[in-house]
Amino acid sequence: MAEKKLMKGNEAFAQAAINAGCRFYFGYPITPQNEVPEYMSRELKKVGGSFIQAESELASINMAYGAAAAGGRVMISSSSPGIALMQEGFSAAAVTQAPMVAINVMRSGPGIGGIQPAQADYFQVTRGGGNGDYHIIVYAPKSIQEACEMIYKAFEVADEYRNPVMICADGMLGQMMEPVAIPDPIPAMTEEEIFEAKPWALTGHKNKRERNAIKSVFLQQEVLEDFNLNVLAPKYEKAMRELPEAELIDVEGAEVVFVAYGTTSRVVAEAMDLLADEGIKCGLIRLKTLWPFPEYAFDAIGESTKNVIAVELSMGQMIQDVKLAINGKLPVDLINKVGGVLLDPEEIAERTKKIMEVR
Amino acid sequence: MKPVFEVTKGMREMTSHYCPGCTHGISHRLVMEVLDERGQLGDAIGVSPVGCSITAHQYMNVDMIEASHGRAPATASAIKRVHPNAPVFTYQGDGDLASIGMGELIHAAGRGEKICTFFVNNAIYGMTGGQMAPTTLLGQKATTCVDGRTIEQAGSPMRICELLETIPGAVYVERVSLHNPAGVRTAKKAIHRAFEVQEKGLGYAFVEFLSTCPTNWGMTPVKALDWLKENMIPYYPVKQFKCPEEVK
Repeated sequence: MAEKKLMKGNEAFAQAAINAGCRFYFGYPITPQNEVPEYMSRELKKVGGSFIQAESELASINMAYGAAAAGGRVMISSSSPGIALMQEGFSAAAVTQAPMVAINVMRSGPGIGGIQPAQADYFQVTRGGGNGDYHIIVYAPKSIQEACEMIYKAFEVADEYRNPVMICADGMLGQMMEPVAIPDPIPAMTEEEIFEAKPWALTGHKNKRERNAIKSVFLQQEVLEDFNLNVLAPKYEKAMRELPEAELIDVEGAEVVFVAYGTTSRVVAEAMDLLADEGIKCGLIRLKTLWPFPEYAFDAIGESTKNVIAVELSMGQMIQDVKLAINGKLPVDLINKVGGVLLDPEEIAERTKKIMEVR
Repeated sequence: MKPVFEVTKGMREMTSHYCPGCTHGISHRLVMEVLDERGQLGDAIGVSPVGCSITAHQYMNVDMIEASHGRAPATASAIKRVHPNAPVFTYQGDGDLASIGMGELIHAAGRGEKICTFFVNNAIYGMTGGQMAPTTLLGQKATTCVDGRTIEQAGSPMRICELLETIPGAVYVERVSLHNPAGVRTAKKAIHRAFEVQEKGLGYAFVEFLSTCPTNWGMTPVKALDWLKENMIPYYPVKQFKCPEEVK
């Protein structure tokens, strides 16, 4: 691991991708992720990579689709409305098993919305904004350091699962600066290595194998049924067994357990200190993966817990998965802000005390 | 004895799903014959988007990918970045290329992407059953203009080669017609030049094939060839719009 440097989130994300061997990036401007395409346009060429400023988010993801299908290590990034435009492409990438990494630097919505940080894309990224039966794997970093480590790992996960992987950051992570040590660079695959390591990829058959056909259309229903049940389903089941991740802080013995992810979880951690000062024992389940949802973490909630509180910057999206995980065993309440307005620790502490009184 | 004709190894041995008299068979074979003659079947990568020819990979013996509707030039642009020495081509119909895919087309041309696009213009949506395309001629009947296309209702048909001619990055632009043997021979030469342009790294190469759709035009295959000649060519002139000196 390199030495720590003070870096802006978006630039660190881009460098983490390059260090992970990403050589193809196709970007389109949208605030608050613009430093990613700007950084990639400068830096990728220095390592023999290729940058295209796409004409739209639609083009961007369909370029990523081409590069992934051709065996290249590829990343795209955007922010909420831009991710919405890409959803058809995520569905296509899932069915064709094209490995790619996408960063969503979330902003507020709905519609064009605003450019302030938000977490209102939980449904969009975990429920599949695109058509059909598919999932994308979603990581939710709380810091620039963690984002870089998740991006670095995401390329391996994308290749292993042959599926899109998304890093769900928010405008705050993209725009702020923090000290970060980016994982060490690894070399990108050569075209010859792609031919050997990714026998499914578009490389030209070189008269050495049958031609490859990467297919998205299945007009015979039995063929599509077979593909969904025997290729996609086992893969998603494996992901649900192996990928869920959460950080558990003081959950055992807690009176109140918060559930949060991303930068919001850092604000919750501060609120927990305030509540501890008043003698209220609090715990936190911090989601590191949004899909697959880390249901296992909820097994740690014991008899001491009276309240579960979902804290998120949305009208209440993640809370639905929290309720599914709690399965009626405890009341689940929501502390939130919407439209790009942020929570502060004092407000979380006050609202928590009110919830405890009512309950 | 030296054979006078051999079927190209670029076409896989199987019966196609195309309707009787459809010219896709001719344009498929021409593209594959050219790659075969250039010794590039093992290197080529094709992109076929939504439309009748989305499963062109069933017949074309090269690595291929199905693209989402309209997005083939974007997908192909990225494939070319990963494999800069591979001949990369898109094979697109007019509903796909001239309607939903206009943005990707124009911008791939604008960037001067070193790829080839083969554009099958039969003036109608084929796969979905004969709806009006941007290329449907005035007066031509389609299921979404049953009394014939009018300017008032749908504007005038789009001429794609003429549009691309204005874009510096599109260095080779030619329209050919598949309605007779002379046209087919001209088409093959155009495909050769398009791949030559790509190999020399000169820029974006575009060949339009005026093609027939007997099924959705409601004609016999022979009548459809005549209709193409009499109606399409006057509006879509068969012409080389642009050609770099290096491949003339």
